[in-house]
Amino acid sequence: MRVVVDLNRCQGYAQCCYAAPEHFELRGHEILFYDPAPPEAKRAQIERAQQACPVRAIAIEAAGLAEGDEP
Amino acid sequence: MDGQRPGLVVVGASLAGLRGAEALRDGGYDGALTVVGDEPHRPYDRPPLSKHVLAGELPAEATRLPQLTRLRARWRLGQPAVALDRERRELRLADGTTLPYEKLLIATGARARPWPGAGADLAGIFTIRTLEDARDLRSALALRPGRVLIVGAGLIGCEAASCCRDLGLTVTLVDPNPTPLARLLGTAIGGTLAARMRDSGVDLRPNTKVLAFSGDAGRVRRAHLAGGAEIATDLVVIALGATRDTGWLAAAGLVADPGGLTCDAACRVLTATGEPDPAIYAAGDVARWPNPLTGGRLVTVEHRGNAVDQARHAAANMLAPATGQIPYGHLPSFWSSQFGLNIKLAGLTAGADALAVVHGTRASRRFLAVYGRAGRTIAALSFDQARWLPAYAEAVAAGAAFPPILGATDRPRIETLAPGWPGPRRLEAHHA
Repeated sequence: MRVVVDLNRCQGYAQCCYAAPEHFELRGHEILFYDPAPPEAKRAQIERAQQACPVRAIAIEAAGLAEGDEP
Repeated sequence: MDGQRPGLVVVGASLAGLRGAEALRDGGYDGALTVVGDEPHRPYDRPPLSKHVLAGELPAEATRLPQLTRLRARWRLGQPAVALDRERRELRLADGTTLPYEKLLIATGARARPWPGAGADLAGIFTIRTLEDARDLRSALALRPGRVLIVGAGLIGCEAASCCRDLGLTVTLVDPNPTPLARLLGTAIGGTLAARMRDSGVDLRPNTKVLAFSGDAGRVRRAHLAGGAEIATDLVVIALGATRDTGWLAAAGLVADPGGLTCDAACRVLTATGEPDPAIYAAGDVARWPNPLTGGRLVTVEHRGNAVDQARHAAANMLAPATGQIPYGHLPSFWSSQFGLNIKLAGLTAGADALAVVHGTRASRRFLAVYGRAGRTIAALSFDQARWLPAYAEAVAAGAAFPPILGATDRPRIETLAPGWPGPRRLEAHHA
C-alpha cells in the first residue's frame, strides 16, 4: 500500500509511532521517518496511525484505487 | 466517458500533475483525462530521495505517491512533450504523435542544473533529482567511496552531506557563500548549521568555488578551485539547484525561460503579449505567478507544498467559468531534515533586514526565529520547534508587524540581529 505524510504539517506528536511502530519512527526531537510502502496486510494498523494524527498529515491510497486507470 | 472530445490534459506526471489531475476529478470533471510524463514512472515523491533513499533506508521505488482519487486517466509516461501549438490546441510528444486538449495544465517541474564547467563527462559525478539519480548515487555510495565532494550547500547539498556522514563517509562540502543555506536563510542562521555540520565531521569549505573537475581513466579524481588549490575526490555530488523545464515551450508564444513560466494570479499562463491564455494553466515548480502573499511579486516556489496547493487551485480554476477565476495566494513553506535537525520555514526570507530569535537559542540549536522586512514579519524559521511554527506562519500570512509577538513572559526582550545576506550571486537566482 502507499502512504505519504505531509511533513510541512507534521509537528512530531508521534501518535502514528504508537499506532504503527514498525512503520513510523521519530528521530531526534521531531524528524519523522516513515515507510511509504508498507505491506497491504498492515492496512488496519496504518489507518489507525492516520486517524491518530492530531494534525491530519497522513494520506493513504485506498485499496485497488490506482488499478482502475487505462494503461 | 466522452470518447469524442479531447478533454483535459495534464503535462507533467510528478506531484503537481498527480494532485492536479485528482482535483479535476474531485471537482466533478467526468470527461477524458490524459496525464503526460517524460519519466517512465507513475508519480513519486522526491523529498525522500535526498534523505532516506541515499541513506539506503528506502528503495527508490518505495517513493511512488499514493493516488487519492480514482483518476480514470490515460497515462502517457516516458513520453516528453516537445512542443505546444496553442492555435490548434495540441501538444506534440517525443514519439511524433500529437495530443489535442480542451484545457491544459502544465506541471513539467524542473530539472537538476548539471555541472556547467569542465569535467562534466567524467564518471563519478552525480545530481539528485530523479528516481534514477537517487538510485545511481545510492549504488555508488554503497561502494564506500573514499572521499565524497558535494558542490553546493543548499538544501539538497546539505541533506546529501548529512546522509554521507551517517554512512560514515568522508565528506567535503564546498560553497561560494560564507555559510550553508546562506541565500535561503542568511549567514546568521547558516552559521548555526555550519557549526552543527562541523560537529558531525563534515569538512565544510565556505567561500570556495569549484571551477573544474579532472580525472584519471575517465573517473573524477580532482576538483580545481578558484585560486589554484585542488580537492582530491572519488565521488562528486552536484547540488546547484534546478532549472525549470520550459525548453519545450520555446516556440509557444508564452513567457517561458529557465526561471519559470509566467502566469497571472489565477495560474493561467500569459502569452507574449501579456494576455492570459484561457485554456492553459500552470502549477508547481515551473509556475511563476504574482503571489498576493509575497506582495504580488512574481515568484516561483520550488517546494513540495506549493506543488500540491497550486495544482489543486489551478485545477479548480480550470473547471470554473472565466468570470470565476480565483487568485492563488500561497505562503511558501518547506522542511528539511539533516544532521538530526528538523528545519522548517514558512514565508520567503528574500530582502529581510532583521532577524529575531523568539523561542529558544541558536546556541542550543533548538529555536524559532522570525525574519522582518521594513517592520513586517515575512518569514518564520524553526529548528526543532515545529509546534510554534503555525502561529508564526499565520502572522507572516497576515503581514503582522515585526516581531509579531511582544512582551511574552518567557521572552520579555527580543534581540534583533542582521540576517546576513551574501553578496550578489553570479549564477541566476534559482531558489525561491
